[in-house]
Amino acid sequence: MTKTLKATQLTRRFGPNTAVNNVSFDLSKGEVLGFLGPNGAGKSTTMRMLTGNLAPTEGQVEICGINIIEDPKSAKAKIGYLPEMRPLYKEFKVNEFLKIAAKLHNVPNKKINESIDTAMEKCGLTHMRDRLIENLSNGYQQRVGIAQAIIHNPEIVILDEPTVGLDPIQIREIRKLIKDIGKEHSVILSTHILPEVEIVCDRVQIIDRGNLVFHGSIEDLKQQRRGNKLLVGMKKPPTLKKLQALFDVVKLEKQDDLLHIIQFKSMDIDVEAFIKASIKEKWGLFQISPHITSLEDTFVQLTNQ
Amino acid sequence: MILNIAMKEIKSFFVTPMGWIIIALITAAFGWNYFIGVNNYFEVMSGAIRPAERVGVTIYVGQTVYGSASFLMLFAVPLLSMRLISEERRQQTLPFLFSAPISIIEIVLGKFFGLFAFLAIMVLYIFVMLSTLNIWADIDFGYLIANTFGLFLLVGSFAAIGIYFSSLTSQPIIAAILSFIFAVTLFILERYFASQPNHWFSYISLMKHFQTFSRGVISSKDIIYFILFISTFLVLTIRRLDADRLRG
Repeated sequence: MTKTLKATQLTRRFGPNTAVNNVSFDLSKGEVLGFLGPNGAGKSTTMRMLTGNLAPTEGQVEICGINIIEDPKSAKAKIGYLPEMRPLYKEFKVNEFLKIAAKLHNVPNKKINESIDTAMEKCGLTHMRDRLIENLSNGYQQRVGIAQAIIHNPEIVILDEPTVGLDPIQIREIRKLIKDIGKEHSVILSTHILPEVEIVCDRVQIIDRGNLVFHGSIEDLKQQRRGNKLLVGMKKPPTLKKLQALFDVVKLEKQDDLLHIIQFKSMDIDVEAFIKASIKEKWGLFQISPHITSLEDTFVQLTNQ
Repeated sequence: MILNIAMKEIKSFFVTPMGWIIIALITAAFGWNYFIGVNNYFEVMSGAIRPAERVGVTIYVGQTVYGSASFLMLFAVPLLSMRLISEERRQQTLPFLFSAPISIIEIVLGKFFGLFAFLAIMVLYIFVMLSTLNIWADIDFGYLIANTFGLFLLVGSFAAIGIYFSSLTSQPIIAAILSFIFAVTLFILERYFASQPNHWFSYISLMKHFQTFSRGVISSKDIIYFILFISTFLVLTIRRLDADRLRG
């Protein structure tokens, strides 16, 4: 797969504070990359550097092989960016604003109308074309923001918290839209809504206090979630000591009277052996399943490292 | 690309009431001055007995109108320029321009020429208005052209000051006040140094250089002054915006 974006050792300092520290990653064509992190982790700063809005203190950004510092114009032509605060000129109508966006992004004159229509159609704005942006609802304004980011058919679309402040129906529509965009373009999406990442992204990247703490596919993240715990329901549970005599158990946690979480040392748990033992020892086993830590827990674990 | 940004700025003057109000007020004021000038001309000239006191109608009316024009523009330009960059800062729309494939130089020049084109409507309006004197008199077009040219350069300088102060703040009103104070100071500096016409303070006054044009003289020295003046403030604006990108 062709790489559309490559960031190497990006670092940004504001005075004595390091907002982003030595972050490297890349992006392939047709991929949706989720950028996760708590507030103030450096998500937006990273995105501003990727789009040429902020000069990195150290490191390089390459857009389709073009260095954004050496040749900003050609690099920026390949990016569509929707910042956290959507940059809309509210005194214009939707189609007027998109026309300005198309012109500024070098869309050839002949294709301007066509590209406006396509972008409006993709974002479900066609019936709003003659409305003043100022009078649009929050959700529709966000769509205009996305429309201006995809109007020039960029290789990479960078969206900073695109679903913030929207109602659940709009969120669903926007997510679907992002997935559709992700089929043709590469998308980087930042969010702190965790399930969103699972729904729309192919790959996840978690940043905390400026450092990249996790980088991998959604599958990797799920693997991380499954972990080394079993959720076991037993009527007559054994003591931890007894368990430790039989297995490599680290912790026995009581969830309620009957349910227990057993944490093993390693990831591959011999469930069969455990069941055999439970029958032999008459623990009264009635339920057993892998204990999946919630995405939130994984996130907290990762960001607390 | 400069043209695209300029077009955007001109459009944005006309989709808000601000542009229309300023144009209406300014043209009304010019029209009034023109009317007074023409009205008084015969009265004053018939009172002037010695031939040396008599001046042509172009100069008489022209002085009335252009004298007020430079003064009125001093108020109008900060009001128009104040939103150019500070409003973008306030609404956080600058990333829209910064992420587009355009350089900061193009952004600033585009905004400057957008404002300049809008002001040109008014400057040309005065020219056309005064040209109508030609219907019943034989007027001195050279004088008009020199004044128009001078006024172009003057409003250009005001616009450059306005853009610079607009780039410093996110409050349009503060930008307007600062650029007004700064422009007034530079404009009337000469008056306070009237006793020392060769003092450098007097030399940097906009007024001193505008006066040459209002006498009907197009002098390269003054053209260069205005062009340098405008470029200085545009370069400062570019540097200010570039600092946004570098310092964050």
